[in-house]
Amino acid sequence: MRVPLWKIAHARSGDKADRADIGLFAFDAPTYAVLKREVTPERLAAHFRDMGAGPVELWPLDNLLAIKIVLNRALQGGAARSLRMDNLGKAVAARLLRMEIEAPADLPRLRAP
Amino acid sequence: MKKVRVGAGLGFYGDSWHPVRASIERGGVQYIASDHLSELTLAILQKDRQKDPSAGYARDGLPMLLDLWPLAAKHGVKFILNAGGLNPQGAREAIARAFRDQGWKAAIATVGGDSVMERLDELRAAGEPLDHMDTGAALDTVRSRMLFANAYLGAQPIVRALEQGADIVLTGRVADAALSLAPLVHELGWRWDDWDRLAQGLTVGHLLECSGQGSGGNFGSAEEWARIPDYAHLGYPIAEVGADGAALFTKAPGTGGRISFDTLRQQILYEVHNPHAYFSPDVVLDMGTLKLDDQGGDRVRVTGATGAARPAKLKIVGGFHDGWMGTGMIGFSWPQAYAKCAKAAETIRTLVAERGWPVEETNVEYIGYDSLLGAQADPTHRDELNECFLRMTIRTRERKVADAFGRLFPWLGLSGPPYVGSMKGVQGAKELLGIWPTLAKRELIEPRVNIAVERI
Repeated sequence: MRVPLWKIAHARSGDKADRADIGLFAFDAPTYAVLKREVTPERLAAHFRDMGAGPVELWPLDNLLAIKIVLNRALQGGAARSLRMDNLGKAVAARLLRMEIEAPADLPRLRAP
Repeated sequence: MKKVRVGAGLGFYGDSWHPVRASIERGGVQYIASDHLSELTLAILQKDRQKDPSAGYARDGLPMLLDLWPLAAKHGVKFILNAGGLNPQGAREAIARAFRDQGWKAAIATVGGDSVMERLDELRAAGEPLDHMDTGAALDTVRSRMLFANAYLGAQPIVRALEQGADIVLTGRVADAALSLAPLVHELGWRWDDWDRLAQGLTVGHLLECSGQGSGGNFGSAEEWARIPDYAHLGYPIAEVGADGAALFTKAPGTGGRISFDTLRQQILYEVHNPHAYFSPDVVLDMGTLKLDDQGGDRVRVTGATGAARPAKLKIVGGFHDGWMGTGMIGFSWPQAYAKCAKAAETIRTLVAERGWPVEETNVEYIGYDSLLGAQADPTHRDELNECFLRMTIRTRERKVADAFGRLFPWLGLSGPPYVGSMKGVQGAKELLGIWPTLAKRELIEPRVNIAVERI
């Protein structure tokens, strides 16, 4: 089934020069396995196309059940020359949490409470 | 086994120091590590110094110390802060003067020598091209517009200041995490080639350098943020570190916020590029081996950092003038709030085109609809918004155009679409700054680092 990331993960973003970077965190190990499979540089590049980002880099971290994502050239040259309201890229993580992926319906966070 | 407790101070220039009081009073800390400089804060301080040569330091260091020093002195707590900015000596003089007025005693040290703005040609003559480390662009493309350039120093000079008995260490640009790593090395006697312990110390510094973000603030999540307790009294993170490098993260009893596996791992990866090679002047950290053991009750044990030898080159960050931004804003009420914003934007574009202004880029955002989410904004209710604000920004080489742009907007109040929101003044031109990260051999920088201690 199609699942938006906000239902199964949490995320924080920040800036470094002209890079927006995001930590994406699975709430549990089964979800982490799905994120590793579904969150690919190609899908991220398509999702963030409107930010005009350059190459997307990605590192999975098994010890943190996390995926580190870096969007190169995504901040209009950097926070202090950006024209955007979100010049620091703090809400880029919220943009990511709206991305939908294919996930099994029985992930822990998707089961009825 | 000996242990040291370091507490987070500020996380940026303008952050609140009030939560630090609880860390001193009941958090058992021996050191406060306070970070006042973001990547481009030095550009603000450079403008201050141009107006007044005795300025150029972060102005919140002094009021923070005036408020907290009596308590800190009573508890034997030392401060390490990078509030020296571009002028650590000026910061020390201002603080020493204020302390004397109060009749307080302290040994105040400065660490300087990080600025390379006056040495760019010398560094190039010594074989460092100083090209942009991400794009490869040549320095000459921005050389004449450069406003500041500072190397990131490591923990070593701070340790030397502590060895000389400093109670307060005021630095210029140092790696943020070095503010915490230094007291660990100083107290626990770590060697400068004990890479794994230094990597643990770097992890500690990285987790403390953003104040409340290490203890539940800005906890990026769809729903969990609402379960973070008592934002009003959020306690800043505290690390208790043993000689073996193992770190227990906690916060002062009775404070809000949360220290947990979730809140700490968000901060571990914050503003990190390759997590397997997180560079600092003192060590290169691999985060892939970290172990976080959430013990409950706002206690998380962090171990397992792996370190590799420190880099041969230090990072330098420069800032250069890169044009001007003009800003205009106007808001509209229902009905058709979004459509009226769009009409206002179209109208402003026409005015700009008719005036023939040299505008390089125009940015249109709808506050209340897509200004933070961009293309991820959900359009379902776009045409039924209760209210919407148009924010337009332009990039131009001409300051007077950036100024004039904002002044186009008030006219819309009487001559544009209906039910306008109140106008709250016109924003003038804002200087835009480009960032210039580059590298230089540490041998060219470190001999110029200076440490001075003043006892008052």
